Formats: sequence, C-alpha cells, structure tokens
Amino acid sequence: MNIDQIHSLLLERFGETVVGTEPKRAMDPWIQVDQESLVAVCRFLHDDSRLLFDHLNDLCGVDYLEPDAKKLAKFGHEPHIEVVYHLTSMTHRIQLKLKVCVPRWKDGVQGQLPVVPSVSSVWGIANWHEREAYDLVGIDFSGHPNLRRILCPEDWSGHALRKDYEFPLEYHGVRGR
Amino acid sequence: MSLVIEDPRVVEFDVQTDEMLVNMGPQHPSTHGVLRLLLRTDGEIVHECTPHIGYLHRCAEKIGENLSPPQYIPYTDRMDYLAAMNMNLGFALAIEKMIGMNVPDKAVHLRVLIAELSRISSHLVGMGAYGLDLGTFSPFLYAFREREIILDFFEEACGARLTCSYLTIGGATHDLPEEIEIPDGLASLTGKKPGERYPFLDVLEMFLQWLEPRIWEYHTLLTRNAIFIKRTAGLGILSREMAISYGCTGPVLRGSGVDFDLRRDGEKIYTRMYEGYEYEIPVAPFAEAPREVIVGDNWCRFYVRMMEVVQSIRLVRQAVPKYKAAAGTYREGFKMNTKLPRDEVYLETECPRGQMGFYIVGNGEGNPLRLRAKSSCFCNLSVSDRICEGVPLADIPAIVGSLDIVMGEIDR
Repeated sequence: MNIDQIHSLLLERFGETVVGTEPKRAMDPWIQVDQESLVAVCRFLHDDSRLLFDHLNDLCGVDYLEPDAKKLAKFGHEPHIEVVYHLTSMTHRIQLKLKVCVPRWKDGVQGQLPVVPSVSSVWGIANWHEREAYDLVGIDFSGHPNLRRILCPEDWSGHALRKDYEFPLEYHGVRGR
Repeated sequence: MSLVIEDPRVVEFDVQTDEMLVNMGPQHPSTHGVLRLLLRTDGEIVHECTPHIGYLHRCAEKIGENLSPPQYIPYTDRMDYLAAMNMNLGFALAIEKMIGMNVPDKAVHLRVLIAELSRISSHLVGMGAYGLDLGTFSPFLYAFREREIILDFFEEACGARLTCSYLTIGGATHDLPEEIEIPDGLASLTGKKPGERYPFLDVLEMFLQWLEPRIWEYHTLLTRNAIFIKRTAGLGILSREMAISYGCTGPVLRGSGVDFDLRRDGEKIYTRMYEGYEYEIPVAPFAEAPREVIVGDNWCRFYVRMMEVVQSIRLVRQAVPKYKAAAGTYREGFKMNTKLPRDEVYLETECPRGQMGFYIVGNGEGNPLRLRAKSSCFCNLSVSDRICEGVPLADIPAIVGSLDIVMGEIDR
C-alpha cells in the first residue's frame, strides 16, 4: 500500500479538513494532519487491519525559524514548528510519515508553548519521545501522563533546539561560556 | 546472658518492611555508564523502576545544525562508541540518500566488511559485560581478548581504535591496507611470529578461523551454564506486543520473537548493500533453548546476540572475495561545499543495538536545518520500567544488562 492509498483511506474516514486534499510530495512524502484530530487519526492508523501501524520509529520536533536577518530572504519558510511522526507497520512492512504544524508560540505570546495532543496512549514509546521533544524543542503535549524534562536537568530554562535559544551564561555557579 | 526466643515466629512477624527509595547509579558499575535507576522497593521486591537519563547529554543534534555533514561524522562516533563504524555508516547513508549519491561497488563491500566486524566487536562487549553484571568475570576477559584484535584491524585501516570516523559520505576515508603487521594478540594465539607482515585480508581470515570455534566455547561458559540460565531464563519477559509498542529494535525485538531486521526489510539504499549475501536472522524462539526459557526473556536477548556474531562472521567471509573482485574505488568524492537540497530524509540502519535513525532536514545550505538522531537504546531502555516491576532487586542488573545499552547513544 503506498502513500496515496493510505491518504485516500484517511480522506474517506476523516475528510479534507483533517488530512488535506493530497499527500505532500517530497523525497519521503508525508501526510499533514490537523492537530485537533491527531489522536483519532493515529488510533485509526494503529488499529485498522489494512494499515496496522504498530511501531512508532521516531517522533521529533523541528523549529523553522531563521534568527539571522541577513539570511531571512533565502530561508523560504514561515516561522512555525512541526512535529514529525515516522511510523512502520510490522505486519504489512509499510512506512508512513505524518506531520503536525503548530505556531512557534501559543496564541503568539512569547513563552507560551504550543500545544499538540499526546499520542502516548497509542504507542508506548511516544511517552519518552514526547518528553524529549518537550525538553529540547518546547512543545506542550496535552494529555501526556508525565511531561517532564528527560535529558536536561529539571530546573533548566529554555529549549535547546529552538533556533532562537540562547545558551545560559551561568548554571548553579558553573560558567556557561 | 543469652537471649531466649520462646517462639521464633514472633520475631518474623515483628519485621517491618517499609517502602524505600533506592538510587542505583549513576556511578553503579552494573548500570553500563551513567544511568540512574530510581527504585521503589518493598523489602527485596522492586515495585517501580524509573530510569533517569541525561548525564551524558551534549545536544549532538544542536551541534549538527552548525556543522556540515562530513564535519559531523566524528560526532556520530561518540554516540554509540562501541559500534562507531555502524553509526558512521547510518549517517553517511542518510546524507547519500539525500543528495542522491551512488557509492562504488568496492566501497559497498568494504562497508559490509567493516560494519560486520564492528558488530562482532560490539556484541562481544555486550556478552562480556553481561557476564560481569551476573558476577562472572572470565567471559569478559575472553571477549576483550578477541575485541582487541578487531580494534587492531581498525587501527590498521584508519588509525583509530574506538572513534574511527572511517566510513564516511561516499565510501570510506582510506582503502583497506594491503599488508599489515600481524596484531600481537593474534600472533600469540595462533603461534605466528610477532611483527611478521601478511596481506590484510589473509590476517582477517586467520582471525575468523580462530574466532569461529571460540563462539561455541562461550556457549559452554555462559549460555549453557546452570547459574546463568537461573539468572536469565524466564526473567524480564518482554512480550511481542510490548516490544513493538515501546519501539524496541534490534536484538531486543528479535528476542521477543519479531522477525524484523533492516538489513533485509529496510530501505533500498541500505538493503542494496547486503544483496547477494547469504545470512540468517536469528529470532526467538530457539529449538536448542533450555526448558526454562520463555520467548522475550533475558536469555533470548542474549542468545540472539551470540547467534548474530556467527552470522556476522559469515558475512565478513563473503565480503572478502566480493571486495577483492569489485570494481571502482573505495570512495566517491564529496565536495565540502555541497549544499543540501530543500528536502528531508529519514533513514534507519541496523546497528548492533537496534535501529539507529537519522532524520535530516536540508534548506539549500551546507549545514542542515535540523539533524535528528533517533537512538535505538533510548527506545530499548524506555521499556525497563515495565519489565522491572515486581522483580527482586538483585535481578535489576540482569534485566537492564540484557537490554545492552550504551549511554552515549541514549543521551546524545
């Protein structure tokens, strides 16, 4: 089953507003999912006997922002954050990429993390991957059972993989730069 | 004055077992590096096991955003430092997929040869260290004796022993050497004169011939050892469903009975390397397993690794004539100022510890916009809190050890 067939299955079930009119073309094509229906789409992908995407290979956040004003003209993306899901079906040996796009800050307020629903109820590993994405990219996964930092210390400030992240000058008396 | 206990049972009823929090690590020798397990114990039984990671975190992903791909190769070494070659290969393949580069045949077979040697050395450490976890010292010494010789080969090929940076974008940094001095370890084991020079591939074959019968000796040391079976069989059972749901890969997944190996089931650019090679993929259950063994327990995970060593020896043997006969050079040139296209790739490869994935987003510049390294051990470790529930404290090293984790890769 290729990505067009998977997309038409999703289209039939969820409609255009959720999965768009067609998959996005790229080297690895992907399906962009509306964040409101993300958990329902993932649940469907996981359970439907034609798909059975039971393995979440990877979940990560990507920050699209060019902090350097000189390079801004060539950058070619609106500032936003993407959450990327790579799925595999162990039964049917097929792969799929999903994406969810959210603004960099919730309601445009600096410091308010954008909210994406958690899929940890669908795949067990999403729990840790989402904690990592929260820690490093700064995404608030709503409905996550235990959203704490995982790699950085609990009292660390900022999210390191944000493009406008500034390394702290000092942490508990240790000089940073 | 002697104390007389009228009814010994009274003393037993008197013993209170309070819930206690035990910090295991981050300096505990059997947690394989800086892993801290927070255990909630009631007497001897562990009710909750929470892994705390991040002590080695250096944000390799952020570093990758500020370096061009060839500059990043040494950072991949330092993720899984026990299988640096496989890490190099995974990253190099991802970049090759992105820019659409074709690697010459000679480089392909060189890569198979080196990657499988690296897998052998990594599994040898896995075996030796697991023996240490369970309290037996000798397998560790044997494993390191063999590994030392493989590291000598790597040293002859690229100059480094651990952080090799040998397999790079387009092939390898150097061709394999023509003639080398026989490694001291191998010379003393095979009765050759130290310092004598032989063709590299002949020394390699000499080593494989010596190594192959040793695998069966390790089976008598560990696999069939009654104490070893008592400590591993039927313990830390990871069901097939849980292994898939928790993203477990590599020997941990195959130990739970899932027949999945990226060398066979992966993407074309990776499986192309292994076309024409004959090998088997060991998957639990095993017919030769002792009676006590249950699919998905510690013993199965350990045994999958041991059987993979045998298969890797086969692969190296097949790679040697293919490498000799192959056309082309050992490397396709990669210009340092190559711009990455405005596209993104995700590629997973089968590393000794599982599927290591690199997700690279390019933006028309030399440095990637985002470089994500998906760690296999990270996923394998995430299952530990589920399989450590309700086991005695003494079995925690046995269970965590059987996952064979490397903290450098988990924390990145």
